Amino acid sequence: MSLPYLSLSIWVPIVAGAAVVAAGWRRGDQRAELQRRIAMAGAILGFLVTIPLYTGFNLTAADFQFVEKAAWIGRFNINYHLGVDGISVLFVLLNSFITVLVVLAGWSVIESRVGQYYAAFLVMSGILNGVFAALDAVLFYVFFEASLIPMFIIIGVWGGPNRVYAAFKFFLYTLMGSLLMLIAMLYLYGKSGGSFSIVDWQRLPLALGTQVALFFGFLFAFAVKVPMWPVHTWLPDAHTEAPTGGSVVLAAILLKLGAYGFVRFSLPILPDACRHLAPLMITLSLIAIVYIGLVTLVQTDMKRLIAYSSVSHMGFVTLGFFAMTGGAPTAYGVEGALVQMISHGFVSGALFLCIGVMYDRMHTRLLADYGGVVNTMPRFAALMLLFAMANSGLPVTSGFVGEFLVILGAMKVSFWIASLAALTLILGAAYTLWMYKRVIFGAVANPNVAALKDLNWREATALGALAVAVLFMGIYPVAFTEVMHASVNDLLRHIAVPKT
Amino acid sequence: MSALMTYAPAFPEILLLVGACAIMIADLYVKDQAKGLTLWLAHGLLLACAVVTLALFAGHFALGGKPRLMLGGLFISDLLSHLLKFAAYASTAVTLVYSRRYLADRGLLRGEFITLLLFSLLGIMIMISAASFLSIYLGLELMSLCLYAMVALNRDSALSTEAAMKYFVLGALSSGLLLYGMSMVYGATGSLQLADVSRASALLAAHATERSFLAFGLVFVVAGLAFKLGAAPFHMWIPDVYHGAPTAVTLVIGSAPKLSAFAMAIRLLVNGMPELAQDWQEMLALLALLSIAIGNITAIAQSNLKRMLAYSTIAHMGFMLLGLLSGVVGGNRLSAADAYGAALFYVIVYVIMTLGAFGMLVYLSRAGFECEKLEDLRGLNRRSPWLAFLMLILMFSLAGIPPTAGFYAKLAVFSAAVNAGWIWLAVAAVLLSLVGAFYYLRIVKLMYFDEPADTGPAIDVAGPPEMRALLGANAIVLLLLGILPQPLLNLCFIAIQAL
Repeated sequence: MSLPYLSLSIWVPIVAGAAVVAAGWRRGDQRAELQRRIAMAGAILGFLVTIPLYTGFNLTAADFQFVEKAAWIGRFNINYHLGVDGISVLFVLLNSFITVLVVLAGWSVIESRVGQYYAAFLVMSGILNGVFAALDAVLFYVFFEASLIPMFIIIGVWGGPNRVYAAFKFFLYTLMGSLLMLIAMLYLYGKSGGSFSIVDWQRLPLALGTQVALFFGFLFAFAVKVPMWPVHTWLPDAHTEAPTGGSVVLAAILLKLGAYGFVRFSLPILPDACRHLAPLMITLSLIAIVYIGLVTLVQTDMKRLIAYSSVSHMGFVTLGFFAMTGGAPTAYGVEGALVQMISHGFVSGALFLCIGVMYDRMHTRLLADYGGVVNTMPRFAALMLLFAMANSGLPVTSGFVGEFLVILGAMKVSFWIASLAALTLILGAAYTLWMYKRVIFGAVANPNVAALKDLNWREATALGALAVAVLFMGIYPVAFTEVMHASVNDLLRHIAVPKT
Repeated sequence: MSALMTYAPAFPEILLLVGACAIMIADLYVKDQAKGLTLWLAHGLLLACAVVTLALFAGHFALGGKPRLMLGGLFISDLLSHLLKFAAYASTAVTLVYSRRYLADRGLLRGEFITLLLFSLLGIMIMISAASFLSIYLGLELMSLCLYAMVALNRDSALSTEAAMKYFVLGALSSGLLLYGMSMVYGATGSLQLADVSRASALLAAHATERSFLAFGLVFVVAGLAFKLGAAPFHMWIPDVYHGAPTAVTLVIGSAPKLSAFAMAIRLLVNGMPELAQDWQEMLALLALLSIAIGNITAIAQSNLKRMLAYSTIAHMGFMLLGLLSGVVGGNRLSAADAYGAALFYVIVYVIMTLGAFGMLVYLSRAGFECEKLEDLRGLNRRSPWLAFLMLILMFSLAGIPPTAGFYAKLAVFSAAVNAGWIWLAVAAVLLSLVGAFYYLRIVKLMYFDEPADTGPAIDVAGPPEMRALLGANAIVLLLLGILPQPLLNLCFIAIQAL
């Protein structure tokens, strides 16, 4: 409890990233092996410093814990104010955990500009921890925006053939959203009499009209990140073109920023606007779940398929947040959505790693080029089956818990919303298992598949770790939900009180 | 002694004038191969001026920072003037370091460049400390005439000569507009001194007829000012001059003169006509919106880096104006210090960014090769990851992405605009800055995503070590200010508060 663990979780990876670059000073890729080791050490250390956040977490307190506060820009009353509650703490852990896997996954695959690759990931890992830990709006914004820079570079430098287009689309789309959020924040700053503290803003009374305007300011930023239909189109491009590690971080962490923004900003600061606009948000979520689910079915590129499935799954998250009854979302809905976010981090990350494993060997992502992989890669096929099942929401996997809770929450609001949302169980199973069937089963499709080698130990470690996580979360979700309870209940009570 | 000390606030100007004349004469005896000596003399002179200014700032601050009028009301000495002068010395010194090899390679490193630069700095300082229409105009002309000559320094280049002609003709026109406006205001208020003008215009502003007469003069003053700032629709000269001038001279034009243009705006509008704030704020709002729109949108179409940065300058001046136009809300000046401080911070950060960006172009240029096309940066990360990283910081700072200083500059002016109720303007500016992000990103793309072209001129990225170090420091400062902006922000607000 004595160490500033949150600061460490932010700065350890960033410093490690700088060290990786420094190790390659004027030598570049000749020092690649050393750089990989430093990156690995940095990532593991970065993960280790987040563990006390979980073990030392007070389950009964709804307040922010591990709070650090120091004046940063006194003139604007901006503070270096960090803290986590039951909602955000798990994402810090998730992010640091995924970073280790990403470093592992790129080990033998990335051969050019190795140092820059790892530095970008480590710096991004620190920045993302900062987003989840920031309690000052400007600090949040700085981290939120800064995360674009490494991702832009990652997609643009190590991405696929259409990487430049994808990198620009990613950057400009998300920047547009966040700039409008900046104006909303500045307005709140003026309204609150000169405070950027998120906690202060939550107590700020606001007229409904103002709330609605601000809600849209925040909505653009978060909807693009989630991504919600219809501003999701950057995601398939970014995912498809990004290198494996980039796709994993995008799916596992970056997509969570938007949903996290809803819980941290929109719901507690603008509860009346959320109530007022809940039908809109529910509609958009359902469109994402059903329509994007259908779109997913017809994809021919594996990465695109998983990307669309992410959009569909994130629709569940927003549904959980905005399916309101009695003036507030249900505890099932919110906890389900949070569980879904974490589960999706594991599952989609794992699926992108799986695709990466195949892509490294075959250099194609098209479903048509595969078939019969189980014959040459049996261990891989077994692991991928688990993740495919989790993606379609099979009980005992993490995917089930979140979806079930969200549907339960939605059922309290309306039977029809719940039934439409439940369609995902059919659609999700259809597109995931159909993809699995076409890639893994059947006769060996071509000589390239016949020449495939099974997982090496690095890949097996990364996927194995995720498999354990997916199963553990499916069997014993309480380990995750008990952390959230106090904060979620507090949030729900807060939302239920009108601010106007 | 005490009679001498009454002139103490003008010591930097006096020192610079004497020093520049001495250097001009000394330079006649310095051989062409040894121009480094003149450069060192110039650096020494700047350092001496900086020390004096620093002493003045400290002394002034200790005495509570009240502005002091002197020289018969022509000259004002306040914290803002000391700060801006200090920034102008630093920017000039950096310019000298950056341009040395570039000019030497092209046979342009002559005494003229250095003397003209020093005299233009003198003009800038006079503008910064001007307390009367007369001294503003004198300083402006001194600066402008030096700059016209510097643009044409490369006599054999048709492009430079054309740029100098355009600059001169349009500059003279804008000076005419400014003078015309000043004469109208003089006619209405009966004084050239800004303090008197302020008092008289406060009385006149209450009467509709007199007010419209004043506003009429104000239109011309603002137009002249907009021209000097390079704000649209008075921006036409900027791309041509930036493009046509030798890059080292573009570096000069793009940096310190912006500080003086800002000072001129503060002196004329904030000091001189605060009662007419309603009128000039609306004019500035239009100028700001047009500048941001035209600057950012047109920059996308440029294939020449210098032109692109020229349009980006126009856009940045528009952002800076957002701060200037947010000071007075419905006759209430409570948030004035915040707004003008934000604009001051913006302009200083902008000068640091411009120095870095043009400095990079100067650094990458060689004898017989001008680095001025977008293509010339292709694959820079392959040739030099360090330089590419520096340019990356510069570009993200120009685009206003955290964690760089450019973000806080934008944050400060947006915050001022939103607090002053200019929400629609802030939203428009924000959306247009998204457009702007595109062309800065394109540079990053060229440096990082693309491979160096085999056919292009092979650029060797080695350069003078002192320039390399300074360029690194220049970009890193932006990153450091991005992480800890507090010191500079505070300095800006202290300087503005004492206005």
